[in-house]
Amino acid sequence: MSDLRALYQEVILEHSKNPRNFRMPDPVDNFANGINPLCGDKLTVYLHVVDDVIEDISFEGSGCAISTASASMMTQRLKGLPVEQANAIFEQFHELLTSNIDQETSDDQLGKLSVFSGVREFPMRVKCATLAWHTLQSALSGEHADVSTE
Amino acid sequence: MTTPHPQALISESLRADFPILEQKMHDKPLVYLDSAASAQKPQVVIDSLSGFYETGYANIHRGVYKLSQDATEAFEHARNTVRDFIGAAEARELIFTRGTTEAINLVAQTYGRSALGPGDEILITEMEHHSNIVPWQILCEQTGAKLVVGLMDDTGTLLLENFAELINARTKLVAVSHVSNALGTINPVREIIELAHAQNIPVLLDGAQAAPHMPIDVQALDVDFYTFSGHKVYGPTGIGVLYGKAALLEAMPPYQGGGDMILSVTFEKTEYNEIPHKFEAGTPNIAGVIGLGAALEYLQGIGMDRIAAHEAALLSYATEKLEEIPQVTIIGTAKEKAGVISFAVEGIHPHDLGTIFDMDGVAIRAGHHCAQPVMEHFGVPATARASFGLYNNFEDVDMLVQTIQHAMEVFS
Repeated sequence: MSDLRALYQEVILEHSKNPRNFRMPDPVDNFANGINPLCGDKLTVYLHVVDDVIEDISFEGSGCAISTASASMMTQRLKGLPVEQANAIFEQFHELLTSNIDQETSDDQLGKLSVFSGVREFPMRVKCATLAWHTLQSALSGEHADVSTE
Repeated sequence: MTTPHPQALISESLRADFPILEQKMHDKPLVYLDSAASAQKPQVVIDSLSGFYETGYANIHRGVYKLSQDATEAFEHARNTVRDFIGAAEARELIFTRGTTEAINLVAQTYGRSALGPGDEILITEMEHHSNIVPWQILCEQTGAKLVVGLMDDTGTLLLENFAELINARTKLVAVSHVSNALGTINPVREIIELAHAQNIPVLLDGAQAAPHMPIDVQALDVDFYTFSGHKVYGPTGIGVLYGKAALLEAMPPYQGGGDMILSVTFEKTEYNEIPHKFEAGTPNIAGVIGLGAALEYLQGIGMDRIAAHEAALLSYATEKLEEIPQVTIIGTAKEKAGVISFAVEGIHPHDLGTIFDMDGVAIRAGHHCAQPVMEHFGVPATARASFGLYNNFEDVDMLVQTIQHAMEVFS
């Protein structure tokens, strides 16, 4: 598979065109904004956490295929999980994007998120794939500070 | 791609002057379409830098030894080359800066801080690069002055009537880009200068995107300040030029204090040097200046008229080809344009385009082009931008079109 096809896998393109959990909840409980000033990507991640469990998670915004798909698949993967497990998944996801560890040897909590392994060959795009996740962490920390990739 | 290419206006052999273009990117020939961000360097510029360091280097304006005198001469020779290049009356009207950005900041912090007060106005346009917005905003914070913005229409053309109405007794400076970096629009700078001068208001032109692409004559324009960057005119990075009319420069306070900008220093009083040295504190970017001189001589050897005509032919060919693709929207369709073509492809974010282009060996810019208000006007977060230099040819445009088609396949 070419690097380009590995980056733009069907699943990623499909999520970028039809993002899941793409909505603002009513009422808004907890949220954070993320921006990538390099490319102008902007998104907001909304959270509803009860007893350290992510009861609801959604997002809105505009961005490239990688950042939109990553946000969409993040919400799918993390909904219903304890915050601690969400953090562990982010750590694994980050490792998938930046290290050369073979994805199959890692303890697989990533599920479908492993389609992002192609991003590794495009260091400039790692920030696109992690924008939603960093924004989520800001919301979880309760600081509500806007997150910037720069 | 079945139609024959128009006649090339610049000899294909000039392309061989740029060693970087022989390179492959991801096993594909490099197609460099990002000259508006920075231009590649011809061998003569590279040689002038290494030659200066190898055989001619010393500090300037101070040594009594031959090497220093020769370096000073080479440095001041380059100032004269710049004078020729933009048609200034005197070499002392040219100040070397780090680039356009520093040149604009210099004017803001010297002319601006001494001439502006609360309620005064600086008039710019909606299509400015951040470097012709933010220095004025800082000045406004310092002085209580107000930034006023002339609007453009949806083709990216300045609304000149609106602009004229915004000029009033409180306007103390007009600062406008000669050519828009994000849209390619060539602004009606003659008319703007006439309007401003009718009310005795000085005009600064940000020439970063104009100087590489067309003949510039600051005396014919009667412009008060003109700025441009070395790296965009095929010269080194970290060097740029501020042109100012001598009378204005002489009346302005210095920008930075230090060596070279003084005539005499005591702890009681310091006497400043004459222009241009008053504005060139410290050891300057000597090699950068010499490299810039080499770049401008190279351009003069080709002829700016020829370069402008060549790029106009590329732009019109590219515009025609992109208009044939229904999914492509060109952003910035002013009648008067330089070799910049910003565009959007339906359903594909510019950042994704940039990656796919890169894999095909095509270097374009994807982003907001340091002109976020322009993006806001057109309601897009970013655009893809192809821009032309003297080394580009019609095959490069064909590759651009092929790559857009490739991106549409990947995303289909």
